[in-house]
Amino acid sequence: MIKENIDVRDFIQKNYKPYTGDDSFLCGKTEKTKVIWDKSEALIEEEIEKGIIDIETTIFSGIANFEAGYIDRSNEVVVGFQTDAPLKRIMNPYGGFRMLEASLSAYNYTMSDEMSGRFQEFRRTHNDGVFGAYTDEMKLARSVGLLTGLPDAYGRGRIIGDYRRIALYGTGRLISEKQMDLAELSSSPAIEDSIKLREEISMQIEALKSMEIMAKAYDYDISKPAQNATEAVQHFYFGYLAAIKENNGAAMSLGRNTVFLDIFIESDIEKGLLTEEGAQELIDQLVIKLRMVRHLRTPDYNTLFAGDPTWVTESIGGMGVDGRPLVTKTAYRFLHTLTNLTPAPEPNMTVLWSRDLPDNFKRYCAKMSIETGAIQYENDDLMRPIYGDDYGIACCVSPMKIGKDMQFFGARTNLAKALLYSINAGQDEFKFAKDGSTLQVIHGIEPLSSDGPLNYNEVMKRFKAVMDKLAGIYVNTMNTIHYMHDKYAYESGQMALHDSSVHRYMAFGVAGLSIIADSLSAIKYAKVTPVRNEHGITVDFNIEGEFPMFGNDDDRVDQLAVEVLEYFSGELKKHQTYRGAEHTLSVLTITSNVVYGKKTGATPDGRGKGEPFAPGANPMHGRDTKGALASLNSVSKLPFEGVCQDGISNTFSIVPAALGRVESDQIKNLAGILDGYFAKKAFHLNVNVLSRELLIDAIENPSKYPTLTIRVSGYAVHFNRLTREQKEEVIKRTFHERV
Amino acid sequence: MGLVDGPGIRTVFFLQGCPLKCSYCHNPDSQHFMGEKSISVDEVLEMANRYREYYDASGGGVTFSGGEALMQGEFVAEAFKALKANGVSTCLDTSGYGVSRHYDSVLKYTDHILLDIKHVDDEEHLKLTGRNMDGIKHFIDVLSGFGGKVTIRHVMIPGQTDNYEIMDRVLEMVASIKKKVDKIEILPYHKAGDEKYPQLNIPYTFEMVPAMDPVKAQVYEAYINARLETMKTMESEHLKAV
Repeated sequence: MIKENIDVRDFIQKNYKPYTGDDSFLCGKTEKTKVIWDKSEALIEEEIEKGIIDIETTIFSGIANFEAGYIDRSNEVVVGFQTDAPLKRIMNPYGGFRMLEASLSAYNYTMSDEMSGRFQEFRRTHNDGVFGAYTDEMKLARSVGLLTGLPDAYGRGRIIGDYRRIALYGTGRLISEKQMDLAELSSSPAIEDSIKLREEISMQIEALKSMEIMAKAYDYDISKPAQNATEAVQHFYFGYLAAIKENNGAAMSLGRNTVFLDIFIESDIEKGLLTEEGAQELIDQLVIKLRMVRHLRTPDYNTLFAGDPTWVTESIGGMGVDGRPLVTKTAYRFLHTLTNLTPAPEPNMTVLWSRDLPDNFKRYCAKMSIETGAIQYENDDLMRPIYGDDYGIACCVSPMKIGKDMQFFGARTNLAKALLYSINAGQDEFKFAKDGSTLQVIHGIEPLSSDGPLNYNEVMKRFKAVMDKLAGIYVNTMNTIHYMHDKYAYESGQMALHDSSVHRYMAFGVAGLSIIADSLSAIKYAKVTPVRNEHGITVDFNIEGEFPMFGNDDDRVDQLAVEVLEYFSGELKKHQTYRGAEHTLSVLTITSNVVYGKKTGATPDGRGKGEPFAPGANPMHGRDTKGALASLNSVSKLPFEGVCQDGISNTFSIVPAALGRVESDQIKNLAGILDGYFAKKAFHLNVNVLSRELLIDAIENPSKYPTLTIRVSGYAVHFNRLTREQKEEVIKRTFHERV
Repeated sequence: MGLVDGPGIRTVFFLQGCPLKCSYCHNPDSQHFMGEKSISVDEVLEMANRYREYYDASGGGVTFSGGEALMQGEFVAEAFKALKANGVSTCLDTSGYGVSRHYDSVLKYTDHILLDIKHVDDEEHLKLTGRNMDGIKHFIDVLSGFGGKVTIRHVMIPGQTDNYEIMDRVLEMVASIKKKVDKIEILPYHKAGDEKYPQLNIPYTFEMVPAMDPVKAQVYEAYINARLETMKTMESEHLKAV
C-alpha cells in the first residue's frame, strides 16, 4: 500500500471507492456512543452555564506534556484529550504572556509565581517580539481599528497538518523522511533561509518523537502504519491532538479526511472485521472528541468570535480531477453525526460543492442543512483547477493543498474606516491625539475641495490613495507578525506533517465591503453631503435621493465592489512579503462585524455611527430587497481567482416556506439554488433555513432551543452562546421570504 | 422569483388585470387593468438570463401569472416564443379566462400550465368569480391539443368545497385531459390577503370565512391525486385489453 514518496493523495486515488447511493444505509448510535455522548453533553452544558470547566495551571502547552485523559475509558472507542481531563484547558504562553494572564484572571485562576516568574525571566513570546518590532504607524493602525483581529498576541492558526500521514506511514517513517530532508539541506550555504529551515526540520523531528510519547500514554504505538480502521481513526486523531496540545490558533482545522478514513473502514467491513454500526461508532466518537476541543481565551475574544469557536473545519465531498466524486459512505457517516449526536457547530462541516456531485449526495446535504443548519458550502469547481483534488479549507473559507500549502493568517482591514479617512484627509473620525488635536492615521491624503456634496471622482481618488498607503502598512505589519510567530511560536508538530518545502500564502482580508459599495453608489447616484464637527471631521452624512444598493443584482453598484477588491488586491501585491509568501485576500468578518461597526463612524450609505457591518461579503441588513437569488447574484460577482483567493463568505437565511410547499420540494430547490449560485462562480454559502420568528422565540425561551445551531459567518454557533447584541444583529439580517 | 409557481426555480411575472373577481382573491390589487409599469420582451429575456443557471439546475424557468396572463395573450405568446428560442422553459399560471383568439399561439410556446379551477358548479362559479363556467370549459377543450403538462389547482374553502363530491367533480372536469395532468394541488384558503381589501376600498365578502385547515386539505389532495392515477391506469389497461 505504501509508495516511495510521502503521497497521501496517491494512496487515496488508488484505493477509494466512490459512493453514489443514498443515505438509507446509515444507522443510529451504539450503546457505547450513547454513554459517551450523554456524559460529554452534560459536561458541555455545565461549561456553557459556568463559562469554563477547568484549566491546567501547573503545566504549559506542549505535545507530550500532559497525562492521558478519559471521560469513560471502557466506552471510549476513540481516546485522547488535550489535557488529563475533558474540557480542561491548556495554558499556552508562547503567543503572549499578558493574554494568558488576562485569560486566567478572567476565570479566577492563577498559576504559581514560580512558573510565571521563570517563564518571563527566560523566555520572550511572540507578542514581545511583535511589539518590539512594530513601528508607530503599525501600532496606530491597530489601535484605531483600521487593522483588526491581528494574530499578534495568540496563535495564528489556519495551518492544517496532514494528520492522515501518521495513520498511513507511521511516525517512524515520517521521521526518517525528515532526516533525509535535513541531510539534503547540508549542502546548501548557511544563509538565513537555509539555517532557519534546518532548525525548523530539527524541531519537526522532535515534535514527531513527542507525538509517539503522547500516543504511548494512551497505549498506542503510532510509529508504525495503522493496521485497521480503529487504528486509522485513532492515529489520525493523535496527529490532530498533537496540534491542539501545542497550539492555540484561532482556527485549528482538520483537513479533508472522510475519503481517506473510508478506505480503512470499507476494507475492514469487507473483511468482516467491522459492521456499519461499528463504522458509525468510530465516526461518532471521533466527532465527539472534536466537539470537545477547547482553547483558553479572554472574554474579550468572545465578543469578536462568539460562541467559543475552534474551526475544526472538515472538508467533505468535491470531485476528483479524474471525474470520480470524492464522496464515500464516510462522508455520509460524518454528516450523520449531526443526527446521531444532535446538531452542533463543531466540527465545522464544509461541503465542497460541485455541479457533478452525485444527486443523492446533493439531496442529503440539502436535507441536513434544512434539518440542522450546520453546513457551509464552497465551490469545488472554482477551487479544483487551482488546488487540485486534495485541498482542504482552513477556518471558514481558506483553501490550501493538504500537507503542501500553509498560510500566514492576517485577519482583516476595515475598509469602511479607510473610506472615511479619504473623506477626512486621513484623520480618525473617533479618536484624538494626546494633545487633543485630530489624529492623523494616514498621511498625505488631500482634504476635499469643498464642504458641499461629495464628488464621486474626488472621493474615489482619495480612497485609492488611502488604500495605497494602507496596503503598505498592512503587508509590513503582517511580515512583522509572522517573522515573530515563526521565531517564538513555531508550530513544529503541524509543520512536521507538511512537506519540508512548503508553499506559503499570506492571507489578507477586508471587512465592510457592502458598506463601501453602497457608500460609493450613494455618492455617485444620490447627493451625499458631509456633516462636520468643530474639528472639521465628518461625523454624519445627509443623503438626498435614491441609489442602487449591493445585493439586488444591479451592476451599477455591484461593479463598484469588484473594482475596490481588484484595486486593493493589486496594491497589496506591490509589497514584498515575508518568506516570499503569495498574497491572497478574503472577504470575511466572522462575527466581528458587530465590533467593527462599533469602531466605525457613520458612513455615506446611511449606516449610523457604531452600527454593525454586514458579515463577510453579505449585502447590508435588509437592503437586498429583490429576493434571495438577486442577493446571491450580487455576491457571486466578487472575483475569486487571483483576487479574493482566500475566500468570499456569504451567509444566507431563507424561510422554509419560500423553498417549497413540501419537504421533498424544499430539498430539491435548495440543491437547485446551490447549483445555480455556484454555476455563477460564487465561492461560498452558509445556509440557514429558518424564520426570524423562531430566533425571536429562541431569545425569549432559550431552554426550548438547547441545540439550535445557526451559521453566523464562516462557522456555526449554538444560538444560545451568542451575546444579546450578537443575537439582535443576527435577527436584523435579511431573511429571504421569496427567492 | 418563486419556488411554488411551477416546477423548479422560476422567475414569475405578474401581469396586471383579471376578468374574474374572485371573492377570496389574495391579490385584489392585481384585478384592475390600469397597470403602471410595462415590460418588454427584451426585458423579460434579460431578467431570465440573470437566473438561467438556477433554472438549468432545478428544471425551472419563467412563469407568467396575474392577474390573468391570458388577457394579454399576444404579449405572452411573443415573450414565450423568445424565451423558448433562448432555451428557457415557460409556464403559464391561468384560470382559463382570456382572449381566446391568442390561445393557440400562447400554447404553442408553453411547456407547463398551472390551471386554477375556481369551482365545479356553474351557479357557484358565477357567484364566486362573477363569470359562469363557459370560459374554463372552453379552455380545457382547447387544451386537448396542448403538448405540455398541466398542474390543476383548486382553492379549498371550509364549509363550501371541502368535500369528496367536489373532488370527484374536479376530476370529471379534467377527465378529457387527464394524461397531461401531472398533479392536482388542493390549496387551503388562507387569510393573508384580507388586509388588502380595506386598503383598496373593495368590499370583502369573505371576511367571516375561516382559513382552511392545511392538514385536512392534504387529505383531500392525497385522495384526488390517487383517483387521478387510477383513472390514468384504467385507461391504459383498457387500451391494452383492446
